[in-house]
Amino acid sequence: MNERVPFPITEEMARAELKPLMKRRFRDRSMAQLTLVRFREFIREPEAVFWTFVFPVLLAAGLGIAFRQRGPDKVQIGVVGTAANSAALAEVLKKDSTLVVQIFDDSAAALALRTGKVAILVAPASATDSVRYVYDRGRSDAVNARVLVDRAVQTGAGRVDPVRVQDTYVTEAGSRYIDFLIPGLLGMNLMGGSIWGIGFSIVTARSKKLLKRFMATPMSRGQYLLSFLASRLVFLILEVVTLLGFGHFAFGVPLRGSLFTLFLISLLGALSFGGLGLLAASRARTVEAVSGIMNFIMLPMWIFSGVFFSSSNFPQVVQPLVRALPLTAVNDALRANMLEGASLAAVTPQLLIVIAWGILTFFAALKLFRWR
Amino acid sequence: MVTTLNNSTPALRVKGLRKAYDDVVAVDGLDLEVHTGECFGLLGPNGAGKTTTIEICEGLLPADSGSVEVLGRHWETDARELRELLGIQLQETQLSEKLTVDETLKLFQSFYREPRDVGEVIDQVELGEKRYSRVGGLSGGQKQRLAVACALVGNPQLLFLDEPTTGLDPQARRQQWDLIAKFQAEGRTIVLTTHYMEEAERLCDRVAIVDHGHIIALGSPLELMDSVDVSHLPPPEPRKTSATLEDVFVSLTGRTLRDE
Repeated sequence: MNERVPFPITEEMARAELKPLMKRRFRDRSMAQLTLVRFREFIREPEAVFWTFVFPVLLAAGLGIAFRQRGPDKVQIGVVGTAANSAALAEVLKKDSTLVVQIFDDSAAALALRTGKVAILVAPASATDSVRYVYDRGRSDAVNARVLVDRAVQTGAGRVDPVRVQDTYVTEAGSRYIDFLIPGLLGMNLMGGSIWGIGFSIVTARSKKLLKRFMATPMSRGQYLLSFLASRLVFLILEVVTLLGFGHFAFGVPLRGSLFTLFLISLLGALSFGGLGLLAASRARTVEAVSGIMNFIMLPMWIFSGVFFSSSNFPQVVQPLVRALPLTAVNDALRANMLEGASLAAVTPQLLIVIAWGILTFFAALKLFRWR
Repeated sequence: MVTTLNNSTPALRVKGLRKAYDDVVAVDGLDLEVHTGECFGLLGPNGAGKTTTIEICEGLLPADSGSVEVLGRHWETDARELRELLGIQLQETQLSEKLTVDETLKLFQSFYREPRDVGEVIDQVELGEKRYSRVGGLSGGQKQRLAVACALVGNPQLLFLDEPTTGLDPQARRQQWDLIAKFQAEGRTIVLTTHYMEEAERLCDRVAIVDHGHIIALGSPLELMDSVDVSHLPPPEPRKTSATLEDVFVSLTGRTLRDE
């Protein structure tokens, strides 16, 4: 006998005796058991745990570091000529802290411009108070350099600006790439978790004829499907807390809206994607088939729904379509809540889109579902 | 809830059953009656219609025509109650490999109103040592016994077993036979399919031989053996004992289970 098996007589015999009198404990009810099975199957799959919890954090860390803010780049300027007037001009330009000035002879200057080492060449003309700018008008950094160099040249020659200006510098948390990225990753993760998690489990059960076996018991079909959504809710809390906690504490991503609304958005998003997952899994007989279906559903949303870059980059014509996608709605609502502190009322239109998707897909899935 | 059946009510009554798939008629006017408390065997070559028949009786497939009465009830009207009263083992089911034996049975147990105790069922199928092991690590015989345990945990009145011993070694097979015999000894009914004649001979009170979707022979194994005219068959090898080869194998290798 295994050591972990308790001595079988006392407790179990007693329970067998009492069973007709005893109301069934919560744990022994089918909804609880089905949900427990979902948990066990998930946590005993190390790959699933990695892709759900570790991968999004790694992705956020990698992208957050790659696109961190470094302040404006200094502008590289080339001064042409070796004569004294060139050196004098270079001295004037060096007083401007936004410029990095190098002196080239004619041929080296041409090479430096061609290879992009400098954005603009400044050549003192033979007439004393005249300079020539050589740059590519099609490059915005060159045009920008032209403005900065000209300002330095004119000020150096004694120009006095008629209007006095003052600069106040701010760094706004919420406007950085990482701030844009974290809500998008959260939305993507909610979608992936629901669709992969539900799709694979159901199709695996179907292909192993386990679904058919369950159909031969009095199990409630509704409870079977609900157990997937119920287990998603618990994992959802973990997913949201891991990713947002990481973003907030490692990168200072703001959480300006109410946390309740944030959780509500995530919850509705996860349930709605759960409906999509059920729909994806409703008829497929093999894991290969359902993988294809799930990618077909998710790929457009990865691209169009503003996970890594703003969905407003797409042409006006397709915007109504882009806005109607559930992931776009979830991402927009998450960003509005986290970055702008939008109220629940302000994100209601997005939430309605999410709810509509959830209801439509859930009932379509019920209608189409193949139980054998 | 468990209705005591009058012994004259058959546990299963099938009349004029027909089921066709796109290209083939699987069951073609099949009649069948299984008495309460008997062990009934459905024999026949692959594709004879055994599995289709049994799945219609289990309420997993709709029939094209004909009537099926299980424990005096009908699938159209009493499906929920019938599911409580039947225990089913499907040959092709693969239970979740990541769950333990105990967790699997607790799941199945939770579906039934008046289930049996999980520990008791585990002891009955002799999986006590594997109670907290993952299903993925079980041998073929242990998996088959777990499948039977899943059928037993709902405390069924009628047990459907589809090839319960296919692929098992002789020890594991005898283990399954003992299980089935014990279930029958409690006065409950069993319908099983098998390819093994000596299994049918040992376990079944009556057998039906099915081919091309209908029954071609019906009776107790002895009756059927007596009915065969042996005069045109070649004379058998002289037999010194009445034991079969499998008996010899088992007497040499013992009855201890070897599936660890």
